[in-house]
Amino acid sequence: MSDNQAPPAPKALRGVGNFIDDRFHLAKTGEKNLRKVFPNHWSFMLGEIALYSFIILLLTGVFLTLWFNPSMAHTVYDGSYERLRGVGMSEAYASTLHITFDVRGGLLIRQIHHWAALIFVASLVIHMLRVFFTGAFRKPREINWLIGVAIFTLAIVEGLFGYSLPDDLPSGMGVRIFQGVLLSIPLIGTYLSFFMFGGEFPGEMIIPRLYMLHILLIPGILLALIAAHFMILWHQKHTQYPGKGRTEKKVVGTPMFPAFAIKAGGFFFFTFAVITGLAGFVQINPIHLFGPFTPTSITSGLQPDWYMGFLEGSLRMFPNWFDFDIGGYAIITGVLVPGLGFMGLLFGGLAAWPFVEAWITGDRRVHNVADRPRNAPVRTAFGVAGITFYGVCWLAGSNDILSHVFQINLYATTWFFRIFLILGPILAFIIAKRICLGLQRRDRETLEHGYESGTITQLPGGEFVEVHKKSSGETVHVLESAKGKDYTPEPTVDANGVESPASRKPMGRLRSRLAHWYTKDNVSFDGVEPHTGHHLHHGTHAEKEKVGQH
Amino acid sequence: MTDNTNHHDAASGADEPRERVIGTPSAADGAATATGDPHRRHEGPYPAEETHTRSEETQRKGERIAALWFLIAFLAGVGFFVSYFSFPPNADGDPSVADPGIAQLANVLLGGTLTLSLFAIGAGMTVWARQVLPHYEVSSPYDELPSSKEEKGSFSEFFMRGANESGFTKRPLMRRTLLLAMAPLGLAPIVLLRDTGPLPKDTLKSTTWEDGLHMVVEGTDRRITAADLDEVGSMVTALPESHDPEHGLSMNEQAKTVILLIKMDPQDFGPDMTQQQLDWTHDGIVAYSKICTHVGCPAALYERTTHRILCPCHQSTFDAANGAEVVFGPAHRPLPQLPVRVDDEGYLVAAGDFSAPVGPTFWDAGVED
Repeated sequence: MSDNQAPPAPKALRGVGNFIDDRFHLAKTGEKNLRKVFPNHWSFMLGEIALYSFIILLLTGVFLTLWFNPSMAHTVYDGSYERLRGVGMSEAYASTLHITFDVRGGLLIRQIHHWAALIFVASLVIHMLRVFFTGAFRKPREINWLIGVAIFTLAIVEGLFGYSLPDDLPSGMGVRIFQGVLLSIPLIGTYLSFFMFGGEFPGEMIIPRLYMLHILLIPGILLALIAAHFMILWHQKHTQYPGKGRTEKKVVGTPMFPAFAIKAGGFFFFTFAVITGLAGFVQINPIHLFGPFTPTSITSGLQPDWYMGFLEGSLRMFPNWFDFDIGGYAIITGVLVPGLGFMGLLFGGLAAWPFVEAWITGDRRVHNVADRPRNAPVRTAFGVAGITFYGVCWLAGSNDILSHVFQINLYATTWFFRIFLILGPILAFIIAKRICLGLQRRDRETLEHGYESGTITQLPGGEFVEVHKKSSGETVHVLESAKGKDYTPEPTVDANGVESPASRKPMGRLRSRLAHWYTKDNVSFDGVEPHTGHHLHHGTHAEKEKVGQH
Repeated sequence: MTDNTNHHDAASGADEPRERVIGTPSAADGAATATGDPHRRHEGPYPAEETHTRSEETQRKGERIAALWFLIAFLAGVGFFVSYFSFPPNADGDPSVADPGIAQLANVLLGGTLTLSLFAIGAGMTVWARQVLPHYEVSSPYDELPSSKEEKGSFSEFFMRGANESGFTKRPLMRRTLLLAMAPLGLAPIVLLRDTGPLPKDTLKSTTWEDGLHMVVEGTDRRITAADLDEVGSMVTALPESHDPEHGLSMNEQAKTVILLIKMDPQDFGPDMTQQQLDWTHDGIVAYSKICTHVGCPAALYERTTHRILCPCHQSTFDAANGAEVVFGPAHRPLPQLPVRVDDEGYLVAAGDFSAPVGPTFWDAGVED
């Protein structure tokens, strides 16, 4: 370690290297890729957590398949768990009990698998929020954003199917709700349900089929999508946050070899350790306490895995007021809208956003430097409104527990969530946008006047003022990234004051109105030079006014 | 892909690119650079001004700490095996994971040692990265995004020439018949799914309940008499008596036929009960399907004072005194009612099938809102 001389490559390594290169001509490509630069920022680890938990899911999942028997055939349990001995159940449930009580480490691996699934989806969501709020989905990365949305969607379906396999009481109830939502689809619902279940609910086919989907088809697609996601990322390189030397043309960070590989390796072990720690010390999905599934019983206070909570909540909240009939055929909006509509809204909205935003702003430029969320207030406000909508749905999914814990009338909680589902996102939008604009004002002030030093000086006239000091070069760089946000690519009015044909059409008018709305409140940084404000006369009323206008 | 080989440091390997590139550990470790010690030659693979080397003292300390973590990881890994073999599965006399308490303990020990081992490796590698490796701020250009006009033009011309030569553009007959030929093949996988299940037909609209079929308490084969439900407000979950006592009812049958038998004061039946619905009760005993008409959970909770039936899943609430009509929540329609009568021996029996299809409402259930 302490030897400073670059040693010659050991003979064995050289042999392997030459062997590969003789066959693949990889020297140049290999070096180029080992030199790939990863920008340094903690938020880039969120996607890594998702990747690592996916790897953990694959590893533990393979282990579980060695014993799990995806069969709905009836059996009488005679394994080691005494409380269920002699009870009739499916082979699937019996084999899950076997993994838990007759396979050493089986319980641990099962719990690692379950915790990893929860963390996989959670890290996907947080990673996606990071990408959304920093505008990292913008050109040229829209396609990777779409792949990400597809991964997110499939991850939820994959999780639901996995949760359904052990055939314990809550898992069977999840399948039942899934089938109930299928049935509500007009015209094809009953057919979908019969083909999926091989007949009526529950039948004998659903667990073997879900098993195939859960361990083969969906993970296969996920693996392919994750590989594509990763290759595109590798090819286009990461976005980076504004800072010294970081430009749209040049990325600054840690190279893959040697440093990033070691950092990422360490982080993989940390992720694995946290998930294993949870699995070792925090019980999850104790199926042996729930008992086998029967379609006739249920316990109250059942909660799905967290990522299904928003669907559960929307099904609870959405009333039956809008159900109607067409010629005697029921259109069950009370199930269709929350069960499928909200999902569609969420994933459709996420998928469409990069294109909607580019259409509104007319911004077709390539962006490698990420936005600070405050510098795109409308996008940020939309994101926060979306989180609020999702959060209200999610909380509503445990309204019975909230009602019980806080001793509130159950129906009152439903009404609260119904009202707040509409009101909450609107409030969140307004508040988030205001906060962003406030931060923009502060940024502009800091840029012009420097930061408040905490030193109070008395002027000859007797007035006390706080001395402002110059911000660091790095800070100035970050603050100046707000410049050039209000981008209009093609003027809608030409030199003679004639509107362009496109902007005279209804869509064009809508677009320019939206574009105006999108940026109109931004604090202008035009012509602001760092540290040109009056250092000593900061804070007078007139100046605050000036900052607020543009 | 990335194109930053221009950062190749002449001092380190431009002379011997092939040998250096493949599998050669770079000299980044321990190399003092211009930023660290100006008297030493920069040996790292990246430019000196982008490599912030740690002092030799920091590196040596880092090495020791990392090594300590790796040792802990090793010991914890050994501990994992000890924990594993300490709890044989279901062996006589020995502690066994079959006991839920022991299973928890084994889980904590296995999980704990594995966690420590993984964490310590992670910690060691992090110390390695943060104290032994330099801090890098290597810059590398993003790719210029659109290809140049010439490249695009060349590609476009090449492609169109090729397409023309292939005849795909010029010979529509061939093209169209090929597309036609593909259509059935594309549909084949969907058609092959046809036998995944039978057609629904009217299966969802009827159950095995029929006139004279006895009711038994769920989970038993005990027939129910009217006297079993003598107290107003009592409720029982019931199923039809199985024709095949050995195997009992199938899951499918249970999922459709399960009912709630509720004893009410006949005075309490509300105005929304039709005469027919009242006729379907017996001495205040009324039977409703237990499967919620929303998405199919068992509506298992009954509150006797308000005679409401509540589904714990999504809180659809039905009024048992008024034909189980929906009083709150998302359900589309009332719980179907099962006609009840008493046979000659005093046992409760069905007087026919349900008043409507049971379970989640589907598009052609044929029920009014």
